[in-house]
Amino acid sequence: MKEQDRSYLILFVVPVLVFFTAFFLLPMARLVSIGASGPGGAATYVASLTAPRHLRALGSSLALSVVVTATTLVIAGVAGVFLQRHAFTGRSVLVAMLTFPLAFPGVVVGFMVIMLAGRQGLIGEVWQLATGSKLVFAYSMAGLFTGYLYFSIPRVILTIMAAAEKLDASLEEAARSLGAGPWAVLRDVLIPGLRPALVSAGAICFATSMGAFGTAFTLATEIEVLPMTIYTEFTLRANIAVAAALSIILGVITWAGLAVARTAAGSTVAAAA
Amino acid sequence: MPRRSLAFRLQLGFTLLVSAFLVVPVCMSITAGLTANYMQGVKSGLTLRWVQEVWRLYRETIFLSLAIAGSCLAANLILGVPAAYALARRPGRLTRLIEEALVLPVAIPGLATALALILTYGVYRPFRTSWTFILVGHVLFTLPFMVRSVVAVLASIDLRTLEESARSFGASFWQRFAGVVLPNCRGGILAGSLMVITLSIGEFNMTWMLHTPLTRTLPVGLADSYASMRREIGSAYTIVFFCRSVPLLVAMQMLARPRRQAGAHRPVESAP
Repeated sequence: MKEQDRSYLILFVVPVLVFFTAFFLLPMARLVSIGASGPGGAATYVASLTAPRHLRALGSSLALSVVVTATTLVIAGVAGVFLQRHAFTGRSVLVAMLTFPLAFPGVVVGFMVIMLAGRQGLIGEVWQLATGSKLVFAYSMAGLFTGYLYFSIPRVILTIMAAAEKLDASLEEAARSLGAGPWAVLRDVLIPGLRPALVSAGAICFATSMGAFGTAFTLATEIEVLPMTIYTEFTLRANIAVAAALSIILGVITWAGLAVARTAAGSTVAAAA
Repeated sequence: MPRRSLAFRLQLGFTLLVSAFLVVPVCMSITAGLTANYMQGVKSGLTLRWVQEVWRLYRETIFLSLAIAGSCLAANLILGVPAAYALARRPGRLTRLIEEALVLPVAIPGLATALALILTYGVYRPFRTSWTFILVGHVLFTLPFMVRSVVAVLASIDLRTLEESARSFGASFWQRFAGVVLPNCRGGILAGSLMVITLSIGEFNMTWMLHTPLTRTLPVGLADSYASMRREIGSAYTIVFFCRSVPLLVAMQMLARPRRQAGAHRPVESAP
């Protein structure tokens, strides 16, 4: 009877495996081999990465993602712990507002940045009233930073809130009653307790920022991030080998970031790029 | 305790500022989509003209997105749910490997997956130009969410005992699957389904590469309207997108609340 179950179970997994092999594993293998089909063979990987333009794009992507991750963790950490630790009227409305943008595609996030900081944007208008000069930063690195913060904050806040809920609040009380100041409680109780959540949320945030394409696409900034470079190499320059090599490199970076964080946090982590 | 209440007020102020950062541009774009002339502001009057214009220009993108999301859900139910059950029944190294592999399309940027699909199957014109090409990408991207959602629920219940007792009454494999397993993981299937639909409707990174002029989804149309239409039309189109996603988000939160109390819920992650 158990043996019969086994053959049914195999029957249950086979369709997924066939689909996955046909539409993911085979295409990925092809992408890897096309990446190595440039004039220099496998050296295309090295050549495409060391081209100054690509190296600059990789540099801005990495710098942007690291800064966005750090800023998001601080902002979402403060707001998330606050929301989990206090009960007050309007709290659930606030939580709903903070998680509403969770399902926005990158293009919509880009549009939100234009609303805030584009020509006729809110920040620009207020700035003009205050100082008399124009301020438009949607189409610069600051605009990208704003957009990446915008899509990172909601998902990190959710993770932090879930982790803070499991954290025993009496530990903080105990530390306080033993004479620890607010900073000592933060440093010795809260941050160590939230560490796994911070690491995994940070990894997801980093990987998502590295792979994000829609926001940069909408803002069409002059600063190139790696996904935009891949896109232009493929569509405008028809540089297929280089585009393939660069996307393999990008995939390895995001995957490795997640894998490292998973070993550090000891839980399964997935990112949405 | 005045000291603590100051800290409370400071944190509340900070949290309010963060939520303003997220919500103010949403309100601005809703207003802009209903304003007769964005340059002149609300005093130029409110109108539904731009929403009608969006309906005229981009109607098909809305229908296509719904069709793809529905088909994507069907594929997830047919492929993902049985696979999740099989994975939950036989935990082991091979099972873990399969689970890890299924997550790869989420860990790797959508741009790379799309490029790989185009380079491999792009030569088959009828497939490349049909909406099923986009569907394949969406199924790859959403499968891990459905599988994990169902595996998590199955791991939290005592599946073995339930199945043993059903078996002792002579229930066959199919009877047990339909009568015991499926009803018990209903919550996980529902949560996974909402996630799959939400992700499919919002997916852009992959879809932008996979689409053709005749297979444009809602986010693809949005990108087009932002780039080439007047600001009011882009804003009105964004309103349409909000109207699509709000009910899904509300349903997801309502579903997540009781499960979180049970401690079985993991926060969901989605795509920007």
